[in-house]
Amino acid sequence: MSLIIEVNHLSKKFGDTLAVNDLSFTVNQGDIYGFLGQNGAGKSTTIRMLLTLIHPTAGNIKLFGKDLSANRSAILQQVGAVIEKPDLYKYLSAYDNLSIFAKMSGTKVTRHLLMQQLHMVGLEDRAKDTVRTFSQGMKQRLGIAVALVHNPALIILDEPTNGLDPQGIADIRNLILRLSREMGKTVLISSHLLSEIELIATRMIILHKGKKMVEGNVATLLDPAHTLIEIETLDNAAAKQLLLESEWAAFVQPNNQLQLMMDKIKVPRLINFLVSGGVQLLSVNSSHSLENYFLSLTTQSGNVDAFAN
Amino acid sequence: MWTLLQIELFKISKRPRTYIAFAAVAAIVFIFQFAFKADGQSYMDLMLQSVKDTFTFDRVQAINGYFMCYIILNTLLIQVPILIALIAADSISGEANMGTLRLLISKPISRTQLILVKFAAATIFTIFLLLWMAITALFMSLLIFGTGDMLVFRSKGDESQILLITKDDIMWRYLAAFAYATVALTVIAALSLLLSIFAENSIGPIIATVCIVIVCTIISNINVPIIDKNVKPFLFTSYLVGWKGFFYIGTDADGKTIRGSLENWPAIRKSLLILIAHIFILVMAAVVVFKKKDILS
Repeated sequence: MSLIIEVNHLSKKFGDTLAVNDLSFTVNQGDIYGFLGQNGAGKSTTIRMLLTLIHPTAGNIKLFGKDLSANRSAILQQVGAVIEKPDLYKYLSAYDNLSIFAKMSGTKVTRHLLMQQLHMVGLEDRAKDTVRTFSQGMKQRLGIAVALVHNPALIILDEPTNGLDPQGIADIRNLILRLSREMGKTVLISSHLLSEIELIATRMIILHKGKKMVEGNVATLLDPAHTLIEIETLDNAAAKQLLLESEWAAFVQPNNQLQLMMDKIKVPRLINFLVSGGVQLLSVNSSHSLENYFLSLTTQSGNVDAFAN
Repeated sequence: MWTLLQIELFKISKRPRTYIAFAAVAAIVFIFQFAFKADGQSYMDLMLQSVKDTFTFDRVQAINGYFMCYIILNTLLIQVPILIALIAADSISGEANMGTLRLLISKPISRTQLILVKFAAATIFTIFLLLWMAITALFMSLLIFGTGDMLVFRSKGDESQILLITKDDIMWRYLAAFAYATVALTVIAALSLLLSIFAENSIGPIIATVCIVIVCTIISNINVPIIDKNVKPFLFTSYLVGWKGFFYIGTDADGKTIRGSLENWPAIRKSLLILIAHIFILVMAAVVVFKKKDILS
């Protein structure tokens, strides 16, 4: 499987602020690659560097096996992007916007092609209407049509579900899945809707303060073997101390809560250990959703190696 | 490059603000024409007050289409930079403001191409605006006021001069003057384009352009030897009104005007070259700055 994106030791400084810090990752052909992180984690800065909007301070980027800075035009012909809000020319029609960006991408523009794209995102009836009359969801769909009109091999979507209603989000999800499964496109998607990423991504990376915390296959990362166990007791501090002095110490999360990351199958043995140690249990919850996983990583730093793939 | 330019011109043509400049020019020209048609005599009396005893001619006939155009251009070409800035200062900052700049940069076109196309589009807009001025101020005035020999009032040092250009010697001067004005106003377009790179909405660059033009114009009009020698030659505003040179007709030893002549062609040529140098420097600066800029909008 060929590499579509190779990022090596990428850094970006804005004044004294290190927005992206020695970041390396790879995206394979056909991946739906989730790009996760809290606000300010460096997701948008990295995406902008992938699209040559921002110049890296250090490191290099290869797309389709070629150095991005040396082969910019040839590479960008194969890339389609929606960057944050899908801002388009409000005083132009959907058809004109699509036509302009298709021509800029080097595509031979035909009316059939443009109408086909508008049909794909459900806007063929609004082709002649100016974008200023569109809802946020319609603008988002038109933005996706603009990203896809030149049939790119790599699609970069930065928060593509922003401002969409549940139906709109589902439509985008289905479109991304279709692009990947039926058309073999590679998709890099950043979103704060972790449940959406969980549903569609094949691989993902989590960034925190500009650094990679973890990268790997979603299926592996969300394996029940990496379940987050949250325990509530009458005296959490004493219970945590007991765990830290035992064989369970390796699974205890270094945060203020009483949480362990471990295989779910070990939970009964853990409960037995706590009870036999005199801990009065109030509740034990287990989950392995992406959201819990994400929060467990980003609310503390470190403890990453165990999950790296 | 040609496709990009077509796209750029298409976008400009679809923006309502583009037509503000054309409407403003038409309105100003119409007001001038109306005022002169109604009461041009008073203006002529005022202008000829100092020479009324030595210089006799038909004052009503002196107000013809050529004369009207000269009067209008004298006033309008000082204000037109603002109209040029309306479009040129919006070139990059407007895209940043709309959020379309990041989409443009992510397309397979180089930043140099983008700046050059934006500059070319602003230059074409300038040409069209001057063509519109030519149509309204010259040809409409000729229709309304007719043709005839043209009077040119000129201040030369402490002296006032009145030059008379015969009607068969005027049209080429206007063509040359409009061509010169295009070059002069293209400097404004290049300046606005450069300033627009630094902003994320067009108000800032428009105001900055106008302020620079005003400040430089004031400096260009200060008569202090040290400024005359060391500052003025480098200011583009010192050459903005150089188009008038095409109406300063050459005279022979007896003071008679020589048909088809210019009083000081080398000065006009030098002014043109300095303006072209300004354009080149400003556009190159725009390219260099834009290539290094991180697009954060």
